[in-house]
Amino acid sequence: MSAPLALPEEFADLAQFEDWALETWRERYEKRLASTVDEMQALYDAITPRIEEILSYCDRHDLAKLPDEVRNLMFLLFSLCEASLPVEIWRQPRVPDSGAADLTMVAEPRL
Amino acid sequence: MAHFPKPAEGSWTQHYPGLGTGPISYRDSFDPEIWQQEIDSIFTKEWLCVGRVEQLSRVGSYFTKEFEWANRSLVIVKDQGETIRAFHNICRHRGNKLVWHDYPGEETSGYCRQFSCKYHAWRYALDGSLVFVQQEEEFFDLDKENLGLVGVACDVWEGFIFVNLDPQPSQTLTEALGDLATGLAGYPYAEMTQRYSVTSKINSNWKLFIDAFVEFYHAPILHQQQSTSEEGQKLAAFGFEGLHYELFSPHSMVSSWGGMSPPADPGMVKPMENFLRSGLFGPWDKPAVVNNNENLPPLVNPSGHRAWGIDSFLLWPNFMILIWETGWYLTYSYWPDSPNSHTFESSLYFVPPETPSQRMAQEYAFSVFKEFALQDANTLEATQSMIETGVVDTFVLNDQEVLCRHHHAAAREQVAAGRRPDSYPWMPAEVSA
Repeated sequence: MSAPLALPEEFADLAQFEDWALETWRERYEKRLASTVDEMQALYDAITPRIEEILSYCDRHDLAKLPDEVRNLMFLLFSLCEASLPVEIWRQPRVPDSGAADLTMVAEPRL
Repeated sequence: MAHFPKPAEGSWTQHYPGLGTGPISYRDSFDPEIWQQEIDSIFTKEWLCVGRVEQLSRVGSYFTKEFEWANRSLVIVKDQGETIRAFHNICRHRGNKLVWHDYPGEETSGYCRQFSCKYHAWRYALDGSLVFVQQEEEFFDLDKENLGLVGVACDVWEGFIFVNLDPQPSQTLTEALGDLATGLAGYPYAEMTQRYSVTSKINSNWKLFIDAFVEFYHAPILHQQQSTSEEGQKLAAFGFEGLHYELFSPHSMVSSWGGMSPPADPGMVKPMENFLRSGLFGPWDKPAVVNNNENLPPLVNPSGHRAWGIDSFLLWPNFMILIWETGWYLTYSYWPDSPNSHTFESSLYFVPPETPSQRMAQEYAFSVFKEFALQDANTLEATQSMIETGVVDTFVLNDQEVLCRHHHAAAREQVAAGRRPDSYPWMPAEVSA
């Protein structure tokens, strides 16, 4: 068994969502489309009550030199950005009526 | 009832009398003949924005641009003298595509000291001159001086790189931008280098997506669910009225309210917006470089309204710059692949974040923006397929859609003239000094 996702000790329990610690937007978007609303709700419910605590923890670090465990935490938050939309608005993984519409990411800031 | 004042004529549309108020035909959005005329009279004659100077960060940085609609491929590069140049992407020897990677039809970018043709290793300096010919002695009367890359007109305005496919453009870039050249200058574009760029193939005519982005009449309806339900219903009942519309034919602008960052009442927005202090209008906390919008370019927020949220400028023919009250900007480009399809490109530009929280706020703004873009994109396909049926051949436009009316009219005028017309029938005559 591989080691659990490296996270700051205070947030080690979030390692259960390690599938969401994804580096690129495309990966996060595809993970969203492949997930159920219940799965995304679980991520949402685990993170949002502690989000202020998580952000202030992250803010104690230099954005340009994030330790791996903080980067991983940030990736979980990035995924929450994607997952929150089906949870808060759509109640389905895809944007309603978006059909075959898709976007290709040409350039994105990397962490 | 109008919530915001309109011009003395009673409407934005009638402020430009020659524009008319009657129904308009959308034949120009699917007829192959009109599409070809637009390519010939507009797209191969006008200055077209292909990117930002930050994409060419050092000498030798380059990117390619595929213009299949004109059967052209370009390479844009920063040369030894740090001048940005554009060339047709063709080797002078036997016509191989000079710069490409794996797939000749795909755009690419990178860095090089010289361009070297994959076929026979002819090499070109970054200024386009031919500097090496394999087995040169085997050729007959080779005039290397005249075998440099074929140049394409290229110029830079406020860090935006433009090219013009016309071998002899009838206007300089500054002339072509008209009032916008100075009216939009001075915004700290160069400080906003944190970029998210997306592209999408859209099954609609290029003008239809511009229509969708030069009016906000659709926003409270199509995007209603993106607000909290109470707020969404309120916005839908209110409808949309622009703060200001203005034509700089063929360019145009709309100024919109929406300055709700942060919102007066946290209950008006989604919980995530409150957590991250961000949303569709961008991160709520303005970066220092915009100086609290004290130094906006002259054409931005013309009404000076306290509820100002965003200005959207169409730089003719296919480039839009959106400047947000929250201190960032967004661009759109629409490339006319065929009568009923186009390639849509969009880039969000933020000041580089200093903290993880700021980074999160930008990431969330992108995530939300993209939801709107997906909704818009798919609706266009639904529009395209139905206007093509011809069942209904004229369509009514309201006053909040004045820029749609204008954009189609400006295209029609240019097609009729075969080039950019000297004047437009709806614009007041130039007052000579």
